[in-house]
Amino acid sequence: MNPATTVNSDAKPASMLPTNSFQGLILTLHEYWASKGCVVLQPYDMEVGAGTFHPATTLRALGPKPWKAAYVQPSRRPTDGRYGENPMRLQHYYQYQVLMKPSPPNLQELYLGSLAAIGIDPLLHDIRFVEDDWESPTLGAWGLGWEVWCDGMEVSQFTYFQQVCGFECSPVAGELTYGLERLAMYVQDVDNVYDLNFNGVEGDGKVTYGDVFQQTEREYSRWNFDVADTDTLLQHFKDAEAECQRILAQDEIDPKTGKTIVMAHPAYDQCIKASHVFNLLDARGVISVTDRQRYIGLVRDLAKACGEAFLKTEAGGV
Amino acid sequence: MPDLLLELFSEEIPARMQKKAAGDLRSAVTNALVDAGLTYEGATEYWTPRRLVLDVRGLTPRSADISEEKKGPRTDAPQQAIDGFLRGAGLSSIEDAQIKSDPKKGDFYIALIEKLGRDAGEIISEVMPGIIRNFPWPKSMRWGVASTDAGSLKWVRPLQSILCLFGPETEEAEVIPFEVGGVQSGDTTRGHRFMAPDELTVKHFDDYAAKLEKAFVMLDAERRKETIKTEAENLAFAQGLELVDDPGLLDEVSGLVEWPTVLMGEFEKDFLDIPAEVIRLTIKDNQKCFVLREASPARGAEEATGADAPPPRSGGEATRVSANNLLTNMFLLVSNIVASDSGKEVVRGNAKVVNARLADAKFFWESDLQQVTSKEGFDPWIEKLDHVTFHAKLGTQGERVKRFDARVVDLIPFLNGADAERSRRAAFLAKADLNSAMVYEFPEVQGQMGGTYAEKINEDVSIALAIEEHYKPQGPSDDVPSDPVSVAVALADKLDTLVGFWAIDEKPTGSKDPYALRRAVLGVIRLVLENNTRIPLLPILNSGLQLFRNQRGQEFGLDNMEDLLSFFHDRLKVYLRDKGIRHDLIDAVITPESDDLLMITRKAEALQKLIDSEDGTNLLAGYKRAANILAAEEKKGTAIAAMVSHELLESDSELELDKALNQIVDNAAQAVEKEEYSSAMSELAKLREPVDSFFENVLVNVEDEKVRANRLALLSRIRAATETVADFSKISG
Repeated sequence: MNPATTVNSDAKPASMLPTNSFQGLILTLHEYWASKGCVVLQPYDMEVGAGTFHPATTLRALGPKPWKAAYVQPSRRPTDGRYGENPMRLQHYYQYQVLMKPSPPNLQELYLGSLAAIGIDPLLHDIRFVEDDWESPTLGAWGLGWEVWCDGMEVSQFTYFQQVCGFECSPVAGELTYGLERLAMYVQDVDNVYDLNFNGVEGDGKVTYGDVFQQTEREYSRWNFDVADTDTLLQHFKDAEAECQRILAQDEIDPKTGKTIVMAHPAYDQCIKASHVFNLLDARGVISVTDRQRYIGLVRDLAKACGEAFLKTEAGGV
Repeated sequence: MPDLLLELFSEEIPARMQKKAAGDLRSAVTNALVDAGLTYEGATEYWTPRRLVLDVRGLTPRSADISEEKKGPRTDAPQQAIDGFLRGAGLSSIEDAQIKSDPKKGDFYIALIEKLGRDAGEIISEVMPGIIRNFPWPKSMRWGVASTDAGSLKWVRPLQSILCLFGPETEEAEVIPFEVGGVQSGDTTRGHRFMAPDELTVKHFDDYAAKLEKAFVMLDAERRKETIKTEAENLAFAQGLELVDDPGLLDEVSGLVEWPTVLMGEFEKDFLDIPAEVIRLTIKDNQKCFVLREASPARGAEEATGADAPPPRSGGEATRVSANNLLTNMFLLVSNIVASDSGKEVVRGNAKVVNARLADAKFFWESDLQQVTSKEGFDPWIEKLDHVTFHAKLGTQGERVKRFDARVVDLIPFLNGADAERSRRAAFLAKADLNSAMVYEFPEVQGQMGGTYAEKINEDVSIALAIEEHYKPQGPSDDVPSDPVSVAVALADKLDTLVGFWAIDEKPTGSKDPYALRRAVLGVIRLVLENNTRIPLLPILNSGLQLFRNQRGQEFGLDNMEDLLSFFHDRLKVYLRDKGIRHDLIDAVITPESDDLLMITRKAEALQKLIDSEDGTNLLAGYKRAANILAAEEKKGTAIAAMVSHELLESDSELELDKALNQIVDNAAQAVEKEEYSSAMSELAKLREPVDSFFENVLVNVEDEKVRANRLALLSRIRAATETVADFSKISG
């Protein structure tokens, strides 16, 4: 029995139902969170390890201004590459990210509403909030919350941000992160991520997740683990670190326009870059235990500096 | 007497915190009520994933009136002192104070302060906000709009509602009103998150518990646990299977559900190739599910602790046992709902995840196997140990393994049957698996994986076993390795740890023992005693320190090994006391230099046997009498002959005692020499009769100084005789 049967399908073509296509799942979440007042953004155009790195979360979680956003973020975890052979593990996958600042009092209910929207009935499926305190040492961030289980599978992370970039969140933001592939496998009832129906078409026109990504998983696994040039990467890390610091060291007054322009976002881009390069170096196995801590500390310092810069901007509440 | 019902309802509380939090709530509330002058008959706490509940019975409705007298300054005291007194006593003018006369101190003021009793309700509403604000959560958080205030309420997760009722048991109780962090107390709660989410209005505890039960909330954690256990055992039994008990998991799972329903699922049979312990840990750690094994009549009532059968305890050939054949591909999960399809979807979903997790474990298992069976074998893992820090001041695991080699070489002469080659090889491989993918994912299987991999590449079975067992014994009830190679490596590991931490002065203090050094000492004690091994501990500890200095420079660490030895003495006392050997008897056989744990133990056991016998008890009494007389006379400076002079012995009793002493002291000393402590003690026991008869028939303090000095010399010989086996002065009773 497919859990799809509980979805309200009025007016939508079958191919766009969350139970029939990967993209239908994304569109349904977009609609749901748009209806809750979120700005629906597009993925950030840089390589990141998780949706949290998108400046719409990391930076916007800081400062007093209310903010509600939802977006998909491709996420790269080089060490998770399995050459396209593991049915659930990928070095590139999609996260669906929602950030609400301040956290609304009914955030759990809103979240459960989103599960209902994609066809997960909590009287048929065992939904659980299991302790999982979130910490990102590279972002200098932590929060308390849960991983949300659906029949024993972790389908989301639910976090009340307490600190980001080393700054107390004031007010606290609520962050929801859905692992889209897992969720899609669940609602489509497939056991292998590569069997997911991507476009919802049956027959000749059907495109699977494997059609889109299995080849790239193989290619990136090889590159991540064995080919990526570590000297180049080490240089990239140093460059990103230096550029981030250089940007932040600039005078806040732009000499050309005479206006105050704190370049928090360009600096943060360099921080993201450094973080991803670090992940690649890690996958290449060239980072020792002690070095690991040092690299994480370097990225954290950049993140803190970027957060500090953001708090001097208009979006940061000035 | 009225009752108080309190419920703090929040978003899901971490399972591991619930029980303690509920206890903290009970003590905080009852302490506050008692401090405010109320009394109560009983208080019981409850907890679920979403609520902390306190049921206080028989609370006094009002605190008693109190009047107290507050003494003030003398009437002629300066105005400042009088003003201070008025402020302190809460009086507005000195007219309200009274004057008391004292013949010595003169006239002084007193204030009579009448404290009227207060209603319990008033007290409760006053103390509750503070208790909630200052609750001792291990981690707490801010949330929502209010979180911009620095003083906003912090709770483990957002606090959603408070129920607080006070009143007589049978009638409707009244709401005790208070507010904290924007949450106003009331008389409502909610049932199960999904099965009965509506608001419930509650009158008193019985009503509350009954309504929750109808709303799919089992309030009592013990009942949730029993329900899970019973359902699990029934499901297992019906399939001819047996639940692999896991009390920790049961505790945790009971804190994840308000309405437990146990369901059975299965995973793919192919995964049974993975070591059983890894399967169990994968399913337990990640999925909070229980594993099942074939019911075996042989096991009977035996309490099994894990999926693996314990390795056989034999003095003979080393063997490793794989217990995979007992584990089945069935597992039990605990759901929080009574699903509308009887749980089919829940089971299917969980099985999917378990399969995926096991696929991952299999990936690690196979990549490890590929590594160890390759030409390189364990080498890359061992090389990597040089980069794995053990402790910042003690260096890497690689350095440790190098010390193990020398340590094992030192120990081998003392371990009967330990083959040097094999022991050194096992020590060399002992820590390699710390760099395997499996141990990286599941640290609990360290040792076990190394042993398994060693077996796969046909290392000698005693080497594989030693790698597996060298962390043992992990606690007072854990098995102690008996194969000599295992014993060698297990001792090397623990002694190296102890010497290192003592050298850098990181000893356990009070309840703090972050490196589990007490456990390591106990491990050494059990390894030595249970294998009847004699090791001269002090030289071994000292040479252990030298091994550190060879690697890290001669200035490394403190010369602290005597201190470590005395720590061994302390732990040995604790260990033997648990075995029923009296503390004072161990003291009687230990000297600061005693470093042969087995001999200390043998002596103490023999001494206990002696003291427990009638002869021993009387001999001890005789010894005490002799020692007391001697002490008194020595204090007085009475002359005591250096040697017993035969000519001065008058009575038969004296002669007999002298004769017995001559014989027994020699025999006992010889037995001690041969380390036959039981026979030394039996010899000593023979002294009982002559000593008794001596005290019965002979007066020590006679007029004749020479005779007295001679008799005192006899007493000295009794004392000296006992000293051949133990220091009797330390024995009580």
